[in-house]
Parts: sequence; structure tokens; C-alpha cells
Amino acid sequence: MATGGGEGARTWRRRAPKRDLAVWFGWLLGLLVTLECFRVIADVTIWEFVWDAPQQAGDLFSRMVPPRWPYIDRLWLPLWDTINIATLGTLLAIVMAVPVAFCAASNTTPSRLLVRPVALFIIVASRSINSLIWALLLVSIIGPGVLAGIIAIALRSIGFVAKLLYEAIEEIDTAQVEAVAATGAGPGQVLTYGIVPQIMPAFAGISVFRWDINIRESTVLGLVGAGGIGLELQASISTLAWPQASVIFLLILGTVLVSEWVSARIRHAII
Amino acid sequence: MLELKGLEKRYPTGDRALRGVDLVVPQGQVMALIGPSGAGKSTLIRCINRLVEPTAGSVRLGDLELTRLGARELRRARRRMGMIFQEYALVERLSVMENLLSGRLGYVGFWRSWFRRFPAADIAQAFAILDRVGLTEFVDKRADALSGGQRQRVGIARALLQDPDILLVDEPTASLDPKTSRQIMRLIVELCEERGLAAIINIHDVALAQQFARRIVGLRMGEVVYDGPPADLTAEVLTTIYGEEDWSRTIRREDEEEEDPEAARDGTAEEAGGPPAPDRERLAGMT
Repeated sequence: MATGGGEGARTWRRRAPKRDLAVWFGWLLGLLVTLECFRVIADVTIWEFVWDAPQQAGDLFSRMVPPRWPYIDRLWLPLWDTINIATLGTLLAIVMAVPVAFCAASNTTPSRLLVRPVALFIIVASRSINSLIWALLLVSIIGPGVLAGIIAIALRSIGFVAKLLYEAIEEIDTAQVEAVAATGAGPGQVLTYGIVPQIMPAFAGISVFRWDINIRESTVLGLVGAGGIGLELQASISTLAWPQASVIFLLILGTVLVSEWVSARIRHAII
Repeated sequence: MLELKGLEKRYPTGDRALRGVDLVVPQGQVMALIGPSGAGKSTLIRCINRLVEPTAGSVRLGDLELTRLGARELRRARRRMGMIFQEYALVERLSVMENLLSGRLGYVGFWRSWFRRFPAADIAQAFAILDRVGLTEFVDKRADALSGGQRQRVGIARALLQDPDILLVDEPTASLDPKTSRQIMRLIVELCEERGLAAIINIHDVALAQQFARRIVGLRMGEVVYDGPPADLTAEVLTTIYGEEDWSRTIRREDEEEEDPEAARDGTAEEAGGPPAPDRERLAGMT
């Protein structure tokens, strides 16, 4: 925003010349870094493998079709497990995430100095570890099976639900809260009348959205032994039974489509 | 009944919003508080029910010193002070009845309010007030489905359901059109008369203040610079409150009132009806 010109026509530029130069230099630097990265990656790539990639992919695909459809009868139970892992894991996460969210939101936390940092740490810790890794840890702690899957999903989801929920809590309209407080309501009543109705749409949206994500995540948990359809996938791939793997892929695709549709309907109905 | 003495508020930023306000509001008096933006009008009424904590001075409601109350006693005292807000401040996603009954929260325990099991007397009273403000058919509508004027009626009804001694009214008409503004002001003043309530009404619109209040207090830079009847509000007074401006068209003269067809029609309608009967058409339909 440098202006100048003196007596003649007044000129205007977005930036001062020095800043202009700096911006151009920044772009140049970015370009050079990109080119250098490309060179390093190219050096360590075995190009023979890349060149025949289309051939390999075609080969794999030809082994996958036709899918072995009768195999699907053995998949219904694992699929049911998968859906249960996602649903129960989400419910467990919600139960734990709601208090964490209220402790983390700066306008509802009991103590900004003590409680809020702890709540924020829980959120970060939960979010920083992928549910597959949680599952890996839990399988070695409580053994393989559906329970490990449920807890893995729950631990990963706490952070997600709590973070989005506490952001929603911080964005509420304070006038409505003030109005309820002004009637002489107690703290619990201010919470349930002034704050909860305002965050209900966000809460419902977040929960359903997370359930939707968890359906997808729970399909792979079986890869590390945490139950569900992923166990079958693991077994099929390790025995090179590609026609079975393709049945599983199609089933997962169908499940995700259904869950997407269900969550869209629920969100529509609630909000 | 309400007595402020040396009331001061200094915000953490250093702004002195109130600089020693002394004010006495007797029972049943409707008082308008005027003044430029930033004069401390909102801070003043929020210091009374301590949505904002005053830094110094005293606030007495009847025999009760409000500034020294603990959390529990403050909640009990707040029941006696109904508040009405500029942007209505209804809980948007709750129904009209739930918003009304939230005026009873100070009297009802947590679990009863959680399960919406309010005492039958409260519900009967809520219906009566809803009738009075002309919104009976909206009882189960969600607050965000109402128009501005209707919402403000719900806000008024919520405050009345507290069974207060005084109304604290913060810019009740600032978000409303001129006609609805007059209806809302008239409703507030009528209700105060019916129930013998005192009221402090923050208001920007000088003409509205003159039309509806019996006493006007002018606030400037956190100090009371005028306190008197609406008729004495001269151009000089307005200049002390707001600063230099051409006030000749703002001040209401007695003869002008008759020329306003809207004011004349409503005035006769109400005088004929004796104690003001709720005119549903006027109250609910057109807003």
C-alpha cells in the first residue's frame, strides 16, 4: 500500500517495491525446492518398476475378476462386527468427548489454567494417533478381537468429536446465555437452557459425521487383528485369493455408500 | 425501590464506563435512559443485575444490597429483575413455551427444568401472559420461526414470568421497525402500569423515550447529565447529552402528537377499552 508521485498523477501499488521483490524471491525459492525434491525422488526410484506399472495393475485386476460371489456368505458376520465396532466405538467416544469438550471450551471450562490444558492435551493426544495404530497397541494389550477395535475407534474419535464440539461451544451466542443467567437460573440450568440447545445441531452433525468416518476406518482395523471385515481381507490377500479380495472391496464400497446416505439423512433430519 | 449510589465500572482495558452514578427509581416508575453510544447505558443496567460486575458503589433493590451478594443469593435476587434485550436473546432453538418457562428457572430445581416438568401454576401463568402479549397460537413454535416483534413479545413475557419487581430493558426497539417499536414500547409501559413494575429502559430513540417514559435520564461518558420529565428535554439538554447537532426536528411538541394518525388511533382505541385489552390483530398479526 505504498503511495507516491508527488505533484503528478498519483500512483498506487499493492506493495512497496522492496516487498514486491521479497515476494518474487519467495516464489522462486519455492520453485527451486520443488525441482530439487523431484530430482532426489527420481534418483531413488527404480524406473523399470514404474514403467511396467500399467501392466502390473492390469495383471492384478485380471486376477480379481470375476469376483468369487459365493464367498460373500462368509462375510456377513464380519461385516456386522465392523458396523458394531464403528457404532459402539463412536458412542463410547461421544460419552467421553462431551465432558472433555466442555472442559476445553474457554467459555465453559471450570478452570482455564488447570482443566483446559489437560482437556486440550487429551484432544491432541487422541487425534495425533491413527486408529490403526491405536488398534495395533490395543491388540497387544488386550488381545485381538472386536473389543480392541471398539476401543481403538473410540480413542481416536474422542479428539475429533471433542475438538469440533468445543469449537462449536466457543462460537455460541452469548446473549442467549446472558438472558438465561439473568432469570436467576443456576449453572446447570444455564448450561442446559442457554448452551445445549445452541450446540445441538453441531453435536448431531459431528457425531454422525464421525460415525460415517468410523465405518470406513473400522474396515481396515482387522488388518492388525482388531476384528471385523479387515480380518477376512488380511486372510484373502495373504493367501493371494484376489477374487475374494475383490468381493470384500465391493462390499466395503457398498457399506460406505449406505453409511454416507444414512448420515446425510440423519443430519438433514436433525438440523 | 432501586437505589444506585456512586456506581462505577472500570473495564480491564481501563475504560471508565460509569463514573459514579447516583440514581433512585421508585416503585412503578418507567424511566428512560438515553445517551450516545458508549455512554454506559448497557453497562449501567448490567451492573444492576451483575451480568457486569461493578467496580465500586452500591446497588440496593428494596432492602437488599446487590453488590455484595454471593452466587446463590445473587441468583435469588435476579429473579426479581426481569431483563429484556435488544436482539431479543431468546434461545433460538427452543419453543416459545420453553423460552417463557425459562423465566421460572430461578424458582425451579435443575431436574424439573431438565425434564420440562414445571409446576402447573407456572404453566397457567405462562399461558396467561402469552394471551396478554397476543401470542397464544405460537406456543409450540420455535423462537427462530417468529418475526422480530413477536420475538420481543416473547422476551417481554419471559421477563414477566419471573414475577419481577423491576424490568431492566436494553434497547428493546433497536432491531425493530418504527411501527413495531411503538407497539413494543406501548406494551412494556402498559404492562408496567398493570403490575406496578418499575422499569429502566435504555433507548436510542429520543422521540420514543419522550412519548412513553415519565422520566428521562441522560447519560454521557458514564455520568448522569440530565434527570427530569420528558417535557423539559430541550435542544440545550440534548446538546449536553449528545453534543452539538440541530435538534429542532427531534424534539416532540405537544401539538405534533395530534397530527400523527397512528398515535391518535391507538390512543383512542386504548382509552375506550379501559384497562388495555390485548388487541390480537395489532399485537401479533402485523409484525
